[in-house]
Amino acid sequence: MSEKKFLSGDEAFAEGVRLARPQVISAYPITPQTVVVERLSEMVERGDLDADYLHVESEHSALSAAIGAAAAGARAFTATSSQGLLYMAECLTYAAGGRFPIVMMNANRSTCLPWNIYGDQRDSLSLLDHGWIQVYAENAQEALDLALMAYRLGEDARVRTPVMVCLDGFALTHTYETVDVPSPAEADAFLPPYETSNRFDFEHPVSIGYTAGPAYNRYYKQREHLDMLAAAQVVDEVEGEFARTIGRAYPGVVDAWHCEDAEEIVVTLGSIAGEVRDVASRLRAAGRKVGVLRIRYLRPLPGPEIVAAVSGARAVAVLEKDVSFGAEGTVFTNVNSALHRAGCPVPTRNFIGGLGGDDITEGQVMQIFDALHQVAGSDAARVPDVTFLNIADQGGER
Amino acid sequence: MIEVIWHGRGGQGAFTAARLLGAAWCAEDGRYALAFPSFGPERRGAPMRAFTKLSTAPVGDRSASARGNVVVYLDETLFAPGFEAELASGGTVLVNSERAFDDARVHVIDANGISQAVLGRAIPNTALLAALLPLVPGLSRESLVAAVRSNMPARLQDKNIAVIDTVLAAREGEAL
Repeated sequence: MSEKKFLSGDEAFAEGVRLARPQVISAYPITPQTVVVERLSEMVERGDLDADYLHVESEHSALSAAIGAAAAGARAFTATSSQGLLYMAECLTYAAGGRFPIVMMNANRSTCLPWNIYGDQRDSLSLLDHGWIQVYAENAQEALDLALMAYRLGEDARVRTPVMVCLDGFALTHTYETVDVPSPAEADAFLPPYETSNRFDFEHPVSIGYTAGPAYNRYYKQREHLDMLAAAQVVDEVEGEFARTIGRAYPGVVDAWHCEDAEEIVVTLGSIAGEVRDVASRLRAAGRKVGVLRIRYLRPLPGPEIVAAVSGARAVAVLEKDVSFGAEGTVFTNVNSALHRAGCPVPTRNFIGGLGGDDITEGQVMQIFDALHQVAGSDAARVPDVTFLNIADQGGER
Repeated sequence: MIEVIWHGRGGQGAFTAARLLGAAWCAEDGRYALAFPSFGPERRGAPMRAFTKLSTAPVGDRSASARGNVVVYLDETLFAPGFEAELASGGTVLVNSERAFDDARVHVIDANGISQAVLGRAIPNTALLAALLPLVPGLSRESLVAAVRSNMPARLQDKNIAVIDTVLAAREGEAL
């Protein structure tokens, strides 16, 4: 029997990790991730979770230790945030290239300078290209469920790729809500123990962590790419199995809300999606044909799913909590690439907000829908390609 | 949606009360709540806020409430002129105080006195939580007690339930 609890996103994620039975947890605390690793250490201390818990001296070591554990065939977990994630960047490619299906929670937090502990998505979005599956949770229930699903996805023989589960700092990590916690028996029925031949084994020795020069390197890199692409299909299978064993359904790599007949669609990711849907449902009630597309998985890039959801619209906004300095929002670039490849001519605009924990208000979301209405009509030129929310002066000419 | 804003000082248990209220509300199926503190570093004694949003539909907006249907002051020194700016129309205020205020919107309870008497320490949060019972529709003693049982450390549960019962008994006396 599952149990209803009132938990924060961090606490819910820790419950999910407990149910996934990792054999090794290596961690270094950083706000707003700290609660996850504190709860897990308490679970190990109490005997609720049979794992080796390594309190290491840095994030670089945290992921290095997880890689070592995975190379020994163990199911491994770590968690980080912001500068900690950036400090691990070197190790991200070791985990991905080594095909070690580690699960890591990232509490999305601003990157310095200026120093800031609050939520935005600069940290993980700046590391999209390092070979990790990236998935963004909207609420604490989804966070818990993703902890379980991430292992099943990453460990699948067709995928064998590490998974980063992202939770918006504070708005999700530190907000309490009702969560249904599956029983250990339910979780075990969903997630079998980790079995792999990609490990140190005296009986069946294999080479691990080797060199591949110009003659072979491309094959490895193409394989990483193709297996990551294949993960999109496996997400659907994993969610089907999750619905069958745990009883909660998820919509695949994207979550489309009233996109079928929508003329104006906001594409976004993470916990802000709930607020955007709240505003959109009021606009719907007033007769506006609006929709919301929440990107759940950003790697693999859900290109076909994005195109399918928005190709009938007359204007599309991408709302995100990051900017690639000197370019535009990273999610905007990715969405535009998907649309361009499909020959989809729908006009798009980028809205950047929530930086350093700034509140994205319902009023601002309403302004985004109103701007889309202009883009869909005859005033498209009046809406710039990139708009920073909550700033009066939008700056230069380009 | 019912939005409750909590004003307290670090150490008074404002966020614990915000969390307990959310958990109590969600005791019934089909109810949803968010509870969160004003985010950031915490210091004992420093003013802080917490928020509880109660609804019969999932709550999408995770922003701090601008106006509360109920605004609770765990510390009387934080209750100041201009409080109306944070009060939704028709809203009520609950202040931890020994004295009454000449304002029909402002309810008081001596939460420090009650908690001092029952707990031996002036930790006013659960007394104020109990005093919300008539101000927030859809709560019951049972749901508050269940929230304490599921969300407070075992050693604090019985004493805090005693605080709740003390408040409810006193209110019943007043009603008679």
